[in-house]
Amino acid sequence: MSLELTFWWLLAIKLAVAAAVVPVIGMVIGYAEMKLSAHMQSRVGPYFAGGRFGWAQLIADGVKFIQKEDIIPEKADRPVFKWAPALVMLGTMALLVIVPLHPSSRYGIVRDLEVGIFYALAISSVSTIGVLMAGWSSANKYSMIGGLRAAGQLIAYELPLVLATVGVVIQAGTMSMQGIVSAQVAQGWPFALTQFIGFAIFMIATLAELTRLPFDMPIAESELVMGYVTEYSGFRFLFFFLAEFANMFSMSVIAATLFLGGYGLWGINPETLLSPIILFAKVGVLVFLMIWLRWTLPRLREDQLQTLAWKWLIPISILNIIVTAVLKVVI
Amino acid sequence: MSEYFQDYVAVAAFAAFGVLLVALTLGITYLVRPSNPTREKVSTYECGVDAVGEGWNQTFIRYYIFGLLFVLFDVEAVFIFPWAIKAEELGLPGAIAIIVFILTLLEGLLYAVRKGVLRWE
Repeated sequence: MSLELTFWWLLAIKLAVAAAVVPVIGMVIGYAEMKLSAHMQSRVGPYFAGGRFGWAQLIADGVKFIQKEDIIPEKADRPVFKWAPALVMLGTMALLVIVPLHPSSRYGIVRDLEVGIFYALAISSVSTIGVLMAGWSSANKYSMIGGLRAAGQLIAYELPLVLATVGVVIQAGTMSMQGIVSAQVAQGWPFALTQFIGFAIFMIATLAELTRLPFDMPIAESELVMGYVTEYSGFRFLFFFLAEFANMFSMSVIAATLFLGGYGLWGINPETLLSPIILFAKVGVLVFLMIWLRWTLPRLREDQLQTLAWKWLIPISILNIIVTAVLKVVI
Repeated sequence: MSEYFQDYVAVAAFAAFGVLLVALTLGITYLVRPSNPTREKVSTYECGVDAVGEGWNQTFIRYYIFGLLFVLFDVEAVFIFPWAIKAEELGLPGAIAIIVFILTLLEGLLYAVRKGVLRWE
């Protein structure tokens, strides 16, 4: 690690790593989702691809998607329709910039931005513009309603997501991701112990932002066919799901960093190469939780979704901020 | 290049790379995939039957008041963060000031709830 790379080389290497990692994350989480749903709901499905455990199923799916025709509906708004998946991926890739894997500020993170967590919350909303574009440009009623629902959902759940992180920022005294982790490493316990309300609200709001069950109204197969992706096919279709899995990963990393101590673990020196493994273990637990909830809970109704956000999560997270502020100043 | 601009360049590079990834993959798959659009394929999907009316029908967007409230509260969040970083230094006066600010907005939310604008029907 003593080799000093220039900024441009380092950036190029990190981009290459990210390019390799995003599809791998997509495949690992996709495979986990498939297997866990099979076990939770007795969906036997493709158990035999590749001989054992159906391990080759996702590769076969990928090859299938490559060969699929790219259909653009004749009534669609072509440029908007074509660029919508690109905008979704833009938000996904930009979110990886602040994923901290290791305390080294040069090699452990792409850029340790000063506004870290604030940037993450802002850039994660960009994907929703892509979703809205996809829904509108398809010129399909199902897509339109799906896109509008996605926008309404983002509006409702962005606030609890942002407000839930304020408690952590108050306790850490910084918005930088590395700073938040080192604050937790220094004090020896994760913020989840004091910010458990914030953690719970953050996870609920994350599920809604990712439009996963029980908050998947924008896709809602039984009501809207496939929501905003109804008219998509082939690789453009695949990108929406790749983005969803990659965002699941990024949001889990952010949740683990803010509330579970990131790559730090009690009694282990964070300077070693064990750090990324610890982080991935925590992320794995959170991703498992998301998949578990998806396959065991029914979908909420649209008005219940809005009521939950505006009448419960936002007031509770505001009270959480006030309590944290008082305790921080008094103690 | 200063550290300050390196942050911006890194973010811009990753964002551009996201777009490039989509463009490149679609460019490569263009060589492999068939392209044979027929009338049925490119027609609007509506569960098999011919589409009724336009896809861009007028719809009642129920949440424009939610949208207005969202702007208010999002700006509020922007104001809370600078204080949150310096909470310890600013001490009790800072905490009282921000709590008054937050409670004012909470009262606004309560007013909206009591007025019934947050009902989704």
